[in-house]
Amino acid sequence: MRARVLVRPKAGILDPQGKVVERALPALGFEGVRNVHVGRLIELDVEDPSRLEEMCDRLLTNPLIEDYEVVTETAPGPAAGGGAQGSPPGGAADRPAPGDFAERPAPGGVSP
Amino acid sequence: MIGVVRFPGSCDEVDALKAASLVDDARILWHQETSLQGVDAVIVPGGFSYGDYLRVGAIARFSPIMGAVIELARAGGPVLGICNGFQVLCEAGLLPGALLPNQSLRFVCRQVEVEVVDAGTPFTRACEEGERLSIPVKHTSGCWFAPAEQLDRARVVLRYAPGHNPNGSLRDVAGVCNEAGNVVGLMPHPEHAVDDFEGSTDGRKLFSSLARAFV
Repeated sequence: MRARVLVRPKAGILDPQGKVVERALPALGFEGVRNVHVGRLIELDVEDPSRLEEMCDRLLTNPLIEDYEVVTETAPGPAAGGGAQGSPPGGAADRPAPGDFAERPAPGGVSP
Repeated sequence: MIGVVRFPGSCDEVDALKAASLVDDARILWHQETSLQGVDAVIVPGGFSYGDYLRVGAIARFSPIMGAVIELARAGGPVLGICNGFQVLCEAGLLPGALLPNQSLRFVCRQVEVEVVDAGTPFTRACEEGERLSIPVKHTSGCWFAPAEQLDRARVVLRYAPGHNPNGSLRDVAGVCNEAGNVVGLMPHPEHAVDDFEGSTDGRKLFSSLARAFV
């Protein structure tokens, strides 16, 4: 099963990378951007998704300073993320809607 | 005998070995070894173990030699982590907190003044509390952070003197130890301040403390 681990600095922890990006955007004319945080994306194929949480706690993240979210791919469908490979440039309609990641079932939840 | 760990990507292990040799016999411990070969104390040196992949110290913490280092630490043996070694010991859960990227997001390399806060550890007992030492720092991720539940209990060993904090660490922390005091982690590099040509020999005190700890 394909899984994605989204790692972000814990709330309240100084995130100098986020701050730098936040300051850089208005310099390019992108106004109205706030609360920028820079994290990491780890993608992996796993045989046993029930062990993902343990992997995150022991190696993939440092729970003292980072929060994470695990996203597993559901059955391949027409709008699934796997289709992104062949999507035409600028095909915004094919992209998952914002917030899509968060709404997918977590490991251990409903999955085929 | 003092053992100095060498990971792929370590770069200060030879300086640490030479500094340790000033006070005792010393040898390198390769990361693939699973035994400490009879050493009484371990130094986890600076560098970029395993390329700093994933997070600083995250991979090195699981290398074969670290099992033996953790065992020594739990048995009360002296263990010193310097810079990347400090990061590794935090990742291993032997020391409180974690090292975040410097607030400036820049690599800093300069001589700093630190104050000895705790002279009760095997690495600071030749110092006086409140004493100032001039020791260099050189790091990109040296901003020590601990969540509230760890912060007030953490034993601080060295603190940057006012105006000398190079990385934005909480409470100007430059070094901490575990509750028992036998495991110490420092961002400054005492092994680079042991000879006159280096501009300061203050780092020697940390190594001679260790010699005293053995007596």
